[in-house]
Formats: sequence, structure tokens, C-alpha cells
Amino acid sequence: MKYLCMAYGDRSRMEALSKGQMDAIMQECKPYVDDLHGSGHLIIDEGLTWETTSIRPRAGKVAVTDGPFVETKEQVGGVFIIEARDLNEAILVASRHPAAHVGEHLGWGIEVRPIAVFPTA
Amino acid sequence: MTGDAVRSARETVDIVYRSDSRRVLATLIRLLGDFDVAEEALHDAFAAALEQWPRDGVPANPRAWLVSTGRFKAIDGMRRRARFDKSVAKLARELELRDLAGETGAGSAAPGTVPREGADGQGPEDDRLRLIFTCCHPALSPDSQIALTLREVCGLTTEEIARAFLTSGSTLAQRIVRAKAKIRDAGIPYEVPSRADLPERLDAVLRVIYLVFNEGYSASSGASVTRNDLSAEAIRLGRLLLELLPDPEAVGLLALMLLQESRRAARSTPDGELILLENQDRSRWDRAQIAEGVTLVQRAFSSRSFGPYTLQAAIAALHAEAPSTAETDWEEIVGLYEVLARAEPSPVVELNRAVAVAMRDGPPAGLAIVDSILAKGHLADYYLAHSVRADLCRRLGRTAEARVSYQKALSLTLQEPERRFLQQRLAELA
Repeated sequence: MKYLCMAYGDRSRMEALSKGQMDAIMQECKPYVDDLHGSGHLIIDEGLTWETTSIRPRAGKVAVTDGPFVETKEQVGGVFIIEARDLNEAILVASRHPAAHVGEHLGWGIEVRPIAVFPTA
Repeated sequence: MTGDAVRSARETVDIVYRSDSRRVLATLIRLLGDFDVAEEALHDAFAAALEQWPRDGVPANPRAWLVSTGRFKAIDGMRRRARFDKSVAKLARELELRDLAGETGAGSAAPGTVPREGADGQGPEDDRLRLIFTCCHPALSPDSQIALTLREVCGLTTEEIARAFLTSGSTLAQRIVRAKAKIRDAGIPYEVPSRADLPERLDAVLRVIYLVFNEGYSASSGASVTRNDLSAEAIRLGRLLLELLPDPEAVGLLALMLLQESRRAARSTPDGELILLENQDRSRWDRAQIAEGVTLVQRAFSSRSFGPYTLQAAIAALHAEAPSTAETDWEEIVGLYEVLARAEPSPVVELNRAVAVAMRDGPPAGLAIVDSILAKGHLADYYLAHSVRADLCRRLGRTAEARVSYQKALSLTLQEPERRFLQQRLAELA
């Protein structure tokens, strides 16, 4: 199965970090990133900027607005997709991502969602 | 067959259902890979047994017969549906090829004597362990873990579980449906966790069992202090887990439940009023449960890798063996609470330690600890913290403070007998 993993962080706390503090955290992340990238389970891993634009249907038109659907402290700051036998393996693999170890004070964390496979007719 | 033989075959179906239906289900879930399909197969297998056993006689190995009949019926049903849906045909083929190892010997040994073959073997007892770990998977909500465990492992009906948790049958059924959907769609595997994950995953199982026990022992709301069935069910689960996985903390948890359960008859009056430990008629404590609990505590302690459940059980054992409150070994109890507070620091453990310290050194020492807990902002909404504080103030003659704390406690509990107890204490203060 494929699993989409979303790495969350507290945007305001992360933006408040100095360049030096951010570099130190990135340094702390590196071994986890290397480990995950060498796991053989990773399909894609990307970091995101915070700028969010929402698009949805409104009265028959496509409405575009600034910001996420829901303004919460924690926003998705990175996504990665992994291939795993089942949820237990997916949890094991996703736990190798830095957001499972570093950044407790920055609201880091990971949500794991199975990617649905719809049977083709 | 004669009428007697037919009757006895029917009785055997009943007996096998009670003793083995959960084992058969656990194996069918592995073979068929789906809870709902397995439950239907279980139902079909027992329906077939009711029809065939009185006619053809009871098979030599009823459990193996039920497993293979259920599996056959499920695959056969899929084949029939496959005429309309190609994907089902593929699934049916896959299921048929799935390893049957472990089925051949199923039921040949007496329950509980089936040897386990490592962490994730293929024996029928491994299937029961798989079922427990799957139902208590941390990716399921705590409520779902409890509901699913009671439904699938214990075989309670949704109505029974709903009644025990004072919720509607439809809410509970919905919760179970959602949990099964998550197991299927998120890919929660049907397996015993690997050695590395085992301690954490076992903690989750122990927590579910203890929550079930506590819901039965001191129901969080409602008219009666206890809902016996849930406690009995939790003890049964504890025994099963111990039989399948003899971990020291599983030993400790069973001991703890037995020792608490031993006081059941003494902890409330016939009309449901609470009786505090110090006022309980200790001759009404269940000596057999105490003896078993104490033996289990010793067994867990001798393993030297015990944890919080064993420590709590050891404290309960000291209470159980004391002839009265005054003759209780409070020194030892305080010591055990200190070890427990280091193993698993929590304000509730601190509160219990405060009570023990008050018994050992007098109310002022206990009150100081309670006040320091509340000063840190902990347990402000926990009725027992205020009830303990009230009681210590009462014993110190600080009536006004006692009244405020009893009133605070009263505003925080929904349980009728506890409310009546607090109201009575308030009345006595006047």
C-alpha cells in the first residue's frame, strides 16, 4: 500500500526562529532525513512553503481565496509518500522522519493517510 | 441417530460455541482477511454444525471442523458472487491458496496447552493474540479499542456493550463499524507486534483491559457503583492474555484486578451506598481471589521486570492482607507509592501517596502533599482530590475548609452513590 504522510509544524513558532536556530534544527534533522531516504520505502519527499491558496466551487464558479480551509496553529509543512506492507510498517517508516523526533517545541508531528486504491472496472 | 444423541449433539454445539467461537473467529479473520466476512463465516459454520452434527455425529475435532467449514462457506459465497464481479473471483482464489498451516492441528490439544511458536506463529492461540493486538491497535480511538475488544475478543453483543457503557446500541454499532473500516482501509495488519514494538503495544492492551475493569468496578456515571459483568469480563480477558503472553505486567494487572475485585461484596451496602476501605467488613472480602492475587504479585515481583500494574497490585495486596486500617503496613505502602511515582509519575499517584502518608504520619503531612498537587494546577477537576482534601481537613477540625472541598467534590462527580456519600459527609459537618 501507499501512504501519504503529512509533516505538520506550528507556523508562527517556526517563523519566529532565527537563521542560526533554524540551521541548528536542520542539522539535527539530517541523520533522520538520510535514514528515511535510504530506507527503500520512500517514493517522494518534499518540503512546502507556507503560502496557501484555496480553491473551491462557489455558486457554479471556481472561487479562489487566500489561506487554508481551516486556520490552525499546525499547518502541513512537508509531505512524503511511502510504500509499506501495512499500517504497522508505514508507522515504522514514517517514524524515521525528523518530525517524529525533532521539533516537539515547534508543534511538529506526522499524519499518516493510506492512499485509496479504487478498483478499475 | 436416537433422540438422546440428537439432543446431546445440539448441546455440544452450544458448548463449543461458548468455549470456542472466539478462537474460531480469530482464525477465520486471519484466513479470510476481513472481520465482517469472518463473522458471517463463523455464523454459517455454526448453522451448518446445528444441521449436521445431530445427523452425522460430532466431528472428532469440532474446532478444526468449524474453521474449515466457515472458510469453505465464505470462499464458496465469494465464488457465487464472482459471477458478477471479477475482482471477487481473484480474492476467492487468493484466499484459497492462503497458508493453512496450523489448522490441521487446531483443537487437537486442550485449550491453553497449545504451544506457541515464537512471536507470530500460525497456531490457533496466535490467532487469538493477533485478534487482541488488532482490536487494541493504537491507531484506533480508545473508545473503539474497548468496544471492538469486547465485541470480537469477548463475544459480547453490541447491545450488551452499549448497556454497560450507558450509550445507545446504534452509537456503539457505528463505533464498531468505523473501527473495522479503519482496520481495513488503513491497512492495520492482523499480527502480533514485533519484539521491538511489543512492550508499547502490550501497554495498550493492558490499558484497554484495565479500563474495562474500572468501568465495571467504579462506573463513571449512573445509579450503581459497579457493573459487575464488565469487571468479570476484564478478569477473563486478563486470564486469557496471561495464558497467551505471560509478561510480568500481564501477571501484575490480573493480580491488581483480582485484589480489587475481592472487595466488591464489602464496598457497598445492599442499597448501593459506598463503604470506605476503613469501614469495610473484611470478613466479606473474597479470600480465594486475595490468595490468587497475592501469589500473582509474588510471581510478577520475582521476574524483576515488573512495572506500574505490579506495583499497584502489591499495594492492593498489602491492604488485602491487613486485618484493619490501623494494622495496615502504611510504611511499606508509602514506599511502594514512591517507587510507583518514579516509574510512572502522575498527580493521581501523588494523591494516593498523600493518603498513605496521612495514615502513616498524620493528616497534616498528607494535606501538605494534596495542597501542593492542587497548587501546581493538577487534578483541579478530579473529585477525589477535593474529597481527600475535605476528609483531611475534617480530621484536623478545619470544618469550613472541609465544607468547601466537599462541595467542590460534589460538583465534580456524576455517580449517585458517590454523591450521596459526599452529601452525607457535608451534613455531618454541620
